Amino acid sequence: MKAPDFDYQSPETLEAALALLADADGMAEPLAGGQSLMPMMNFRLAAPETLVDLNGIPGLSGVAIEDSWVAIGATTRYCDLEDDKEVIEAVPLIAKVLPHIAHAAIRNRGTIGGSIALADPAAEMPAVLLALGGEVVLQSASARRTVKADDFFLGIYETVREPEELVVAVRLPKAKPHDRFGFHEIVRRHGDYAMAGCIVAADATLAGVRVAFFGVGDRPLRAERAEDALAGSDGGPAALHAAVAALSDLECDGDVSTSADTKRHLAGVALKRAFSELTA
Amino acid sequence: MTNPLTLYDRPNSYIGHSVPRPDARRLSEGRGRFVDDKVLPRMVHAAFVRSDMAHARITSIDISDAKNSPGVIAVWTGADLAPHVEPYVGVLSHLAGLRSAPQMPLADDVARWQGEPLAMIVATSRALAEDAVALVTVEYEELPAACDMETALDPDAPVIHQEFGSNLAWERTVDVGDTKAAFSRTDVTLVERELRFGRHTGVTLEARAAIADFDPSEDHLTFHYSGQAPHMMQFIFAKHLGLAEENVRIIAEDVGGSFGIKIHTYGDEIATAIASRLLKRPVKFVADRHESFLTDIHARDHVVHGKMAVTQDGQIAALAFDDVTGIGPFSMYPRTSAIEANQVLNLTGAPYDIENYHARARVVFQNKNMMCQYRAVGHPIAMAICDGLLEDAAAAIGLDPVEIRRRNLMRDDSYPRASASGMKLDDLSHQKALERLVDMMRYEALREDQARLRNEGVFRGIGFCSMVEVTNPSPMFYGIGGAPIASQDGATIRLDAGGGIQVSSSVTEQGQGTNTILAQIAADIFGVDLDRVRIKTGDTEVTPYGGGTWASRGAGIGGEAMLQAAVALKEQVLDVAAVILQAKPDDLDIKAGKITDTDGTERMDLSDLARTVYYRGNELPSDLKPELIATRHYRVTDFPFVFTNGAMAAHVEVDTDTGIIRVLDFWAVEDCGRVLNPLLVDEQIRGGVVQGIGGALYEECLYSEDGQMLNTTMADYLVPMSAEMPDIHVAHIETPTKTSVLGAKGAGEAGTGGAPGAILNAVNDALRPLNSSLWQMPMTPERVLKALGKV
Amino acid sequence: MKQTAQISLTVNGETVEADVPVRRNLVDFLRQDLGLTGSHVGCEHGVCGACTLEVDGRMVRGCLMLAVQANGANVTTVEGLADSGRSAALRQSFMARNALQCGFCTPGMLASAIEYIEAGGASDRNAIREHLSGNYCRCTGYQAIVDAVCDVIDGRVSA
Repeated sequence: MKAPDFDYQSPETLEAALALLADADGMAEPLAGGQSLMPMMNFRLAAPETLVDLNGIPGLSGVAIEDSWVAIGATTRYCDLEDDKEVIEAVPLIAKVLPHIAHAAIRNRGTIGGSIALADPAAEMPAVLLALGGEVVLQSASARRTVKADDFFLGIYETVREPEELVVAVRLPKAKPHDRFGFHEIVRRHGDYAMAGCIVAADATLAGVRVAFFGVGDRPLRAERAEDALAGSDGGPAALHAAVAALSDLECDGDVSTSADTKRHLAGVALKRAFSELTA
Repeated sequence: MTNPLTLYDRPNSYIGHSVPRPDARRLSEGRGRFVDDKVLPRMVHAAFVRSDMAHARITSIDISDAKNSPGVIAVWTGADLAPHVEPYVGVLSHLAGLRSAPQMPLADDVARWQGEPLAMIVATSRALAEDAVALVTVEYEELPAACDMETALDPDAPVIHQEFGSNLAWERTVDVGDTKAAFSRTDVTLVERELRFGRHTGVTLEARAAIADFDPSEDHLTFHYSGQAPHMMQFIFAKHLGLAEENVRIIAEDVGGSFGIKIHTYGDEIATAIASRLLKRPVKFVADRHESFLTDIHARDHVVHGKMAVTQDGQIAALAFDDVTGIGPFSMYPRTSAIEANQVLNLTGAPYDIENYHARARVVFQNKNMMCQYRAVGHPIAMAICDGLLEDAAAAIGLDPVEIRRRNLMRDDSYPRASASGMKLDDLSHQKALERLVDMMRYEALREDQARLRNEGVFRGIGFCSMVEVTNPSPMFYGIGGAPIASQDGATIRLDAGGGIQVSSSVTEQGQGTNTILAQIAADIFGVDLDRVRIKTGDTEVTPYGGGTWASRGAGIGGEAMLQAAVALKEQVLDVAAVILQAKPDDLDIKAGKITDTDGTERMDLSDLARTVYYRGNELPSDLKPELIATRHYRVTDFPFVFTNGAMAAHVEVDTDTGIIRVLDFWAVEDCGRVLNPLLVDEQIRGGVVQGIGGALYEECLYSEDGQMLNTTMADYLVPMSAEMPDIHVAHIETPTKTSVLGAKGAGEAGTGGAPGAILNAVNDALRPLNSSLWQMPMTPERVLKALGKV
Repeated sequence: MKQTAQISLTVNGETVEADVPVRRNLVDFLRQDLGLTGSHVGCEHGVCGACTLEVDGRMVRGCLMLAVQANGANVTTVEGLADSGRSAALRQSFMARNALQCGFCTPGMLASAIEYIEAGGASDRNAIREHLSGNYCRCTGYQAIVDAVCDVIDGRVSA
């Protein structure tokens, strides 16, 4: 299980990195934390001709707190977010989620941008982005664009990012004073990818609710019908029951040990438990 | 001469005490000597092209691009290596009727399982070898595959070995008493279940690893291997490569876990030895994790239809079952793949008084990786069948699961005796172990909590398993059937000039603490401090001849040989001391490195004695011919195995919404005879329990219908990790075996053998008020939810 | 194609200069090029934890980082932890509790445990179990490892 050979580039500027991607004709792969790409390469499931290592680019990591947004540089590592009190205050959901992402040694290298760009449907961070209604900043040698989370994820490991583009930042809205967040993932072992996970983000009065799932389909999924059932409700058992019932059309896929039906059932359980955190 | 048994009570004794392992320091400093740590001059690296198909004719293998790939030294196909090896067949004569086809290290013509090696690449690095593997093109003609063991015997199933006419490898029936009559009694309650056990594997953290180093000038092969049975491997390489046995040296230093995985003949390892012979230079092969999942032996794939009848007062009237197990396309060499099923037949119901017993096992060929002996061979299946049905029956007649055991367990004063299947049993303590367990776990309080929590919608369960473990096997296990597997072991102990002792033994160390146990016994019995003992194991060139460490035999057999050698050396030394000190040997002793009077008065240093013997023999009478070295061998006689017993209990909580089972607590009371080192034994039990929990809740090699293993990563094949495991409470009852002076039985497999049954019972106890039950391991969330009717 | 790279880094306090194949991961580099075989290779996909070692003050998977990425870094392996005495109390405790059997997971387990202890982690068995849950041990059942970590945190062992 040794990675196939590749050309290694470690640009010192974003421009240089983007130029490498632009010239590579789709045969280059950006390397951020490497916690998913390296295993894929070791299994020879990924064999890029060129690896463009982003870790040496100053300015691609770090956090900027704006009036109503938090912009997190793509190569910001999970461990740095865990330690960043300002980020946690601005986006409290992050503190709930981070301890569930793999294990400490993985969080010490893994990056937020890498997770978003990879779009593993079972990963937590894409669902955080979706639940919060965040944005992804994409840049290529010729253009920069910002894509809403709802439009970013297309399928398993598939996003709207073009090969010559980089995820340069992830933008998450700052929590308003009475916003509430619930997170629950169903895992057989601590740190595993979830069998089903749910994030609920709501304002103080449940006027606005966003519900996102991970680990159940081919990408992080919004459950808009469930949101409708909850939005404007009293958040009582009947509303929650209706929200769970509304998952009947959630696009669930089975995996090697869990069928799609079981995933749908577990999604309902995760929703109930995530929602209960709101009222707790 | 002092009776050795009283030595255990001496103030400076080690046997029975929690002595930390001297070799742990080396390992904790990163100074291990694992196979992959070794680098030999001119060493090159192997990688294998493996079959993508479960069953296919190989129509062509194009190796031309691979040959030209950078760093590649050699590329061979099955046909290339065939002339250099004698095929091997995994049968044993005492397993009457067992059949298997000849195996070769690389498949030629037909591939019969996904992962079977087809071609070998040797290159200057593993990475370059893998590059070349990717350049080999294999063309297959797909053949119908028999993957599902439950249909592999159907008349229309594809037959893997045409010459056999069917996929049946072996079949055995045990029929004792009259089960038919017992089941048709009108005063009994019947329970009947289908139990399914998932195929799983060892997942040793260190994968299989080998360095073959052939020296043509001496026609000599040195094989560094990560494994358990050096002398067995010596025979195998000698026989199948056509070398003189004395010209094969097997070295097994640090072994990163084995659990029965590394005790078999793997084609890639045989090919590695052939490659070294052909290239006249060292060749290293270290399996990667993907290869480990595909090719390390698997185990436990059984489907059992079981039936038990109990009388209204809870007596077992009869037990019957039918077991089908799929072993892959061949029986593994040389231990065979029929032993697991044989153990299931031998061990099921062994803790209980059962007069009517009927058991049939059918062992079938299928197009999947091979199965063979893995820690606690057959035990988890045997224990889960009987104890699962027993608790099911107890519930059916409204009897407490502890009470039904009290009424059926063999009485502690009833030995020696035989089990229903005819196993000879002695020195067991099922009743005592159960009572100790019930006391230790505060059973009644736990039941009260359970009832209270059920009212709150929390579903907890308590389950038990009374079990036996096969340890200290005699020649009746393998040797009788013609296997090149020693049942006796030897120990050599030598007093050196400096007053320290050198010990070598044919049992091996894979982390259990074998070397520590040997050192404890040698130091204790002979009479030196532990830090004056150096231990050598795992090298056929310098250790006595023996079987190695498997079937929990290291301490019981290797330890007894050690004890007897130490007793012998002590006698020899005291004979010399008596002459030098002009005393009678019986009036002298050895304590903490000194010759003493029996009252403890110091007379001389051992080093003074040794230096006199070695350097200044002129001071000794000419008719005194001192031997400061002794070797003794030991084997178990009169019994085929030395059985141990244990009683275990699990406390679990089932999340009925997610199907996730959490093990809250686990208790194990084990009787492994004399406990030589509680620190080591306790952690053996705990590690075994956790491995058993793995089989019960997590581990399963998942295959597609066409024989492709689907979860060959550690992210998909789940092993038990620390966060989910409970603290495990261990207690001992010590009923020494009368087969040895030491009195030690094995302890390595009890936890793995008993835990799955206890977990199964606990889960079903939790599910009982919901009128559900689950009889399939691993008990995954989805299976729990299905049992509950939620999906 | 640029398939090797010149790197300079500090390993266990020593400066190391090397020309490495760019595809070689850090743990293979330490083992094969520097002979530091204490760090073990267990799965090569970041799950088992056997190759856990310290890079610039953080414990990482040695199989999920390229050696070339360690250019300029400060790397500490199990050998360095032992030689400097940093792991002394924990090693003592591992031995006293029999928290290792085959020893293959031990280097990575020590690294993860040291990270927990040095960060001021509490002797809370569940928290320790959670922190160590990325390190696979097939032998011990984990309990003795948790005991050993607790003993160090609670000052029951000194070295």
